[in-house]
Amino acid sequence: MGRLIRSALMMLLLMTVITGVAYPLVTTGLAQVLFPSQANGSLIQKDGKPIGSTLIGQAFVDPKYFWGRPSATAPQPNNGESSGGSNQGPTNPALTDAVKQRIDALRAADPGNTAPVPVDLVTASGSGLDPEISPAAAAYQVPRVARARGLSESQVQAMVAMATQGRQFGMLGEPRVNVLKLNLALDGH
Amino acid sequence: MTTNDFLQIGLYLVVLLALVKPVGSYMALVFADTPNRVLRAGGGVEKLLYRLSGVRTDEQMGWRRYAIAMLLFNMAGLFAVYLLQRVQQWLPLNPQHFGAVSPDSAMNTAISFISNTNWQGYTGESTMSYLTQMLGLAVQNFLSAATGIAVLVAVVRGFTRRSADSIGNFWVDMTRSTLYILLPFSLVIALLLSSQGVVQNFKSYVEVPLVQNTVAVETVKDAAGNTVKDAAGKDVTKETPVSTQTLPMGPAASQIAIKQLGTNGGGFFNANSAHPYENPTPFSNFIEMLAIFLIPGALCYTFGCMVGDRRQGWAILATMLLIFVPLAIGAVAAEQAGNPALHGLAVDQQASTLQAGGNMEGKETRFGIAASGLFTAITTAASCGAVNNMHDSLTPLGGLVPMWLMQLGEVIFGGVGSGLYGMLAFAVVAVFIAGLMVGRTPEYLGKKIEAHEMKMASLAVLVPCALVVICTAIAVMSPAGVAGVANPGAHGFSEVLYAVSSASNNNGSAFAGLSANTPFWNVLLGVCMYFSRFLLAIAMLAMAGSLAAKRHVPPSAGTLPTHTPLFVTLLACVVIVVGALTFLPALALGPIAEFLMSAH
Repeated sequence: MGRLIRSALMMLLLMTVITGVAYPLVTTGLAQVLFPSQANGSLIQKDGKPIGSTLIGQAFVDPKYFWGRPSATAPQPNNGESSGGSNQGPTNPALTDAVKQRIDALRAADPGNTAPVPVDLVTASGSGLDPEISPAAAAYQVPRVARARGLSESQVQAMVAMATQGRQFGMLGEPRVNVLKLNLALDGH
Repeated sequence: MTTNDFLQIGLYLVVLLALVKPVGSYMALVFADTPNRVLRAGGGVEKLLYRLSGVRTDEQMGWRRYAIAMLLFNMAGLFAVYLLQRVQQWLPLNPQHFGAVSPDSAMNTAISFISNTNWQGYTGESTMSYLTQMLGLAVQNFLSAATGIAVLVAVVRGFTRRSADSIGNFWVDMTRSTLYILLPFSLVIALLLSSQGVVQNFKSYVEVPLVQNTVAVETVKDAAGNTVKDAAGKDVTKETPVSTQTLPMGPAASQIAIKQLGTNGGGFFNANSAHPYENPTPFSNFIEMLAIFLIPGALCYTFGCMVGDRRQGWAILATMLLIFVPLAIGAVAAEQAGNPALHGLAVDQQASTLQAGGNMEGKETRFGIAASGLFTAITTAASCGAVNNMHDSLTPLGGLVPMWLMQLGEVIFGGVGSGLYGMLAFAVVAVFIAGLMVGRTPEYLGKKIEAHEMKMASLAVLVPCALVVICTAIAVMSPAGVAGVANPGAHGFSEVLYAVSSASNNNGSAFAGLSANTPFWNVLLGVCMYFSRFLLAIAMLAMAGSLAAKRHVPPSAGTLPTHTPLFVTLLACVVIVVGALTFLPALALGPIAEFLMSAH
């Protein structure tokens, strides 16, 4: 028994050094050399300073910007320090109310647009930090953004196209539009 | 369902099956009794580890000694993880200056990680220091997985050894699992993930300016910590403008690789694999899904190699797929159908070339429906518990699939090692039932199945079932249990049932609306996780010990062959019947009731 206890403690210590210290350090070293931008958060730099990440969404409510996925993080939306979803069940009346309010907000910013709203634009994302919306959700917002900015719809559509990615390898996941990249492009960055 | 939904599921299965044989035969070399090229490559490191820890490699352990070594090793891990959380405020690598974790939460998390469950009551990015994540949580991701593989290998030796009093050496099995399998595979997966955008650094969190300011809304609390209400009884809130966003950083890729590969599931960030820094692209998502099933799937082939009849391994794998594939398709179909509650509103849930459509609440745009529903089925079929979408927001039937997959005992792929030894318990039950039908003493893999084996197999099958049913009843009857429920009605019951099913089958995923970081839940779920994990392992080791001592019985005309479609069907039926009989009443009160209410 005594020998087993000693082996257990020593094995734990040695395995901690291998899997808890050596492994993450080697991985960090390799990742920093091979994929420096990705390993450091895919940051968007301007004048040498980070102004956002292509992977982390921000909240937009101004009609001149494309809006992203609703975020259920607290206390503010798209809170990078507290990721998570709403966890509202499908039959929870609070979910239906939240969706109604989001439809109303979209309609108030874009009076006259009575098209049904693409579902991803009125439902909270899983992470609360989703950087992307569906091409349908972008198309829904093009007339509003064009009007608010005094641009033609085709000009805005061209910028949407630049921020759009298809399915990865033509098959995986879903086509999507990066909202922060698109809005930074609209602001002339 | 759309054509692309089927394509994504099909591609996943093809790639997985293509990997089963190469990975499975590699693992068979790792656990071979005789030296070979794989073992020679790492022989130096291995010997050094054994010398430093006083392990005699020539020592063969009986099942009792094997079980005690396994328990002591995991107990040492439990204390280490607990202690790290309690003193992290005084230790380095804590750039955000997180304080000590509360005792009940630290205990729950320690059990959770050593038992390969990785249930998480805490929020990763605002609770655990980098040091705690690395030395405590990530280490147990490896060691709990290695423990599972070690126990499996010992159980298989019970079938292969004849008239023997030993089933192997725990230290050797555990060390080899870690050095030859988990470490190299994790490194490759971590780098693949990192190439897609998973962070891997030791920097402080990065603060960036927002393009458009936003508002933080917090409820106002009085000196006693109670929320202040206005005249109408509503919470008084305070709004503060926010002009920056904090981007979390850390050594995430290394930890996420092993969390998937070791079917652990404990996220680096709170949103787990839904977080863009934890799972940034559809390809990273594909890699993460593949990593979950890779070892449990390939171990079936390893098992076939070890017992000297590969068909036995393929039969087990076929049984797993027979149950998994329809349920995975069911999960995707339920989510693609959308949420009926939104039908009356001006919402477009139709799938088209421009959007995934369906029930997008709690899902990420890049994954849509197919990559989310498939991940959900995979992570709960295996006892992984990582999530790339919020299970609490799944449709009633879409939520029933993951819940039932866990309740089946985590044997459909299941945890690394533990899934297969759980399935072997079901196989023993299946040959016993077949034996009853034809009136012969049942045999499996050349060993007679007698009263002792049946007792142990029944224990392994029934312990998780009993824990789920009893602890769910305790939770819904206690005020402290229902206090954490977030959603009203049948869905609230589902949250409780899901949590207990998850803990009692060492899965770790959650209907996360349940506020489970309370002393009641931390203790209840801690008990479920510990006993399910270790009672099962001990029962299976005891069975292996008694099987190893038996003589080999050559197959005769009356032996039921266990590699045929007939046996695959029988085994699948046993798994389903046990799961259905035990849990249908409970499921009827939760997801099924919710489905019936939402359908009309």
